[in-house]
Amino acid sequence: MSEPRTLLAIDHVSKNFGRVTAVDGISLDIRENEFFALLGPSGCGKTTLLRMLAGFEMPSDGRILLDGKDIARTPPNKRPVNLMFQSYALFPHMSVRANVSYGLEMERLPAKEIRSRVDAILATTELVPFADRKPEQLSGGQKQRVALARALVKRPRLLLLDEPLGALDKKLRGAMQLELKRLQHEVGITFVIVTHDQEESLVMADRMAVLKDGRLLQCDTPHAIYEHPADRFVADFIGVMNFIPGKASADGVVAANGARIAGKVPAALTPGASAVASVRPERIRLFPSAETANRTTGTVEALAYHGLDLQLHVRTPLSPKPFLVRVTADAADRRPVASGDQVELGWDAADVRIFAE
Amino acid sequence: MAPALVWLTALMVVPCALVLALAFFRRGIYGGIDYTFTLENFGLVFDPLYAGIFLKSARIAGTATLIAVVIGYAAAYAISAAPRRWQPVFLFFAVLPFWSNYLIRTYAWIVLLNREGLITQLLRWLGYTGEPPSMLYTEGAVIAGLVYNYLPFVILACYAPLSRLNPELAEASRDLGASAATTFRRVILPLTVPGIAAGAVFVFVLSIGNFVTPALLGGGRFQMIGNLVYDQFLTANDWPFGAALAMALIAIMLLVLMVQALAADRASGRAAQTKGDADG
Repeated sequence: MSEPRTLLAIDHVSKNFGRVTAVDGISLDIRENEFFALLGPSGCGKTTLLRMLAGFEMPSDGRILLDGKDIARTPPNKRPVNLMFQSYALFPHMSVRANVSYGLEMERLPAKEIRSRVDAILATTELVPFADRKPEQLSGGQKQRVALARALVKRPRLLLLDEPLGALDKKLRGAMQLELKRLQHEVGITFVIVTHDQEESLVMADRMAVLKDGRLLQCDTPHAIYEHPADRFVADFIGVMNFIPGKASADGVVAANGARIAGKVPAALTPGASAVASVRPERIRLFPSAETANRTTGTVEALAYHGLDLQLHVRTPLSPKPFLVRVTADAADRRPVASGDQVELGWDAADVRIFAE
Repeated sequence: MAPALVWLTALMVVPCALVLALAFFRRGIYGGIDYTFTLENFGLVFDPLYAGIFLKSARIAGTATLIAVVIGYAAAYAISAAPRRWQPVFLFFAVLPFWSNYLIRTYAWIVLLNREGLITQLLRWLGYTGEPPSMLYTEGAVIAGLVYNYLPFVILACYAPLSRLNPELAEASRDLGASAATTFRRVILPLTVPGIAAGAVFVFVLSIGNFVTPALLGGGRFQMIGNLVYDQFLTANDWPFGAALAMALIAIMLLVLMVQALAADRASGRAAQTKGDADG
């Protein structure tokens, strides 16, 4: 497969507000037709970065290349980029149709073309029955679709979405995640979504970037980031991780109680340095076979039944925090465990990730 | 509710009813009131001499309203665009003159506009040597006084909807390809019309009945309805005619307020109606 074309290149972009650095030298390539997620805790600079892509903020330093052309200083109304606002920002005095037509009227297109393009996008977003309503007469999910239609009808090169599902309740959010992905596929527009919800970006994104304190920590596919986090922060932020603090050795980490955790040690880590070994809850097995590289015993402190799986909190001598272990429904049925039970845990060296502390 | 009703009856309804009743009587030969029923006073209100004063008052009040709305809206816009923590400070200074006495504020304009006043002195200092411009005792002076005195109302009335406006609406408009001017015309202005209307009605109603400003800045010969009413009661001693003029003035004010209320009601009523249709 040939390498997909780069649509947007963010080149060493920084943004300072007075003495505060919101975005600190970020470089990223966003490819044609991909669903890209900017993920990070609040205050990580993801919204500032998005606003620079939309044109509402100018970078203090660096370039933003769209199709190879620097647009860093182009005003928002002159760039083929549209933003779907977190608050949706629908015009309250205009009907759904007028809201969606607005952007095309600004392009001074013929009335007939505006009408047919608006009709088409209203059909795609299932808004036809609501075309004459005012925003205040719509539900949250409908407003979200109007905001999306209003941006998509412009056929931008790049659609930016600022926490698009933040205002929806949990159930609707799940449905809209799939809906957004379907729409993105259908219209063939590159989406860049900003979110603080790691699950959301794992589900939706083709590739994602994890940001913290204005810096880029890692940029890759959700699978690669989940399985091979770049550092301890990413490991903790994406999904759930069990951490075992200790000191690095040649072939793993020596925990505080002297137990040896086998795993691949990064080259940068010198033996004796503070380090953490980590393992995902779903990689831990109950009652492992004798040849499993890493084994420990613990006491079940709590059980949480989730239908699909059973989550155990197991107190072990390896770390001050209890381990979280996910047992599939199958395994739980074969050998039931109860709160207070002594259990054996085990996991392979290949499932261990080791980071500098 | 009940205390408010008593208060309203005692201080509004009864005095107005008394004045209204007064308008249907004759003027006594030596002043005073001759208690025989007549409609003459209302007929006299439509006499070209007095109708002309009504028209002139409406024109002056209308001009003052227009100028006050333009300046007041611009000021409110500037304040709402300032950093959040500075906005109360700017608002405080915008409204500050309002806390001093109305008469003192009006006298200050005499000091400014006088033939040898501050403006003339400033012109001289800048090298102007001709006749001092006559600014005081003109219609312009009256309008300036009215605008100045009622500007804080307009600023406050326009600031309220402007400060409540979600700034992302303007950004969304820009994002969709609109220039700053188009964004103002199609998004910001329509959404702040209620504030403009409230401020405009305020200035118009207070201006058309004003008698202090025309008396002080317009000079003795300058008459608006307020001065006319004042003269009938206190100089000409024709209380019945004064009462008829006052009633005509109140009727104009009520009409303006009703038109505004009706327009506001229609705006919200239309939204409610379409909502009902959509749900049904």
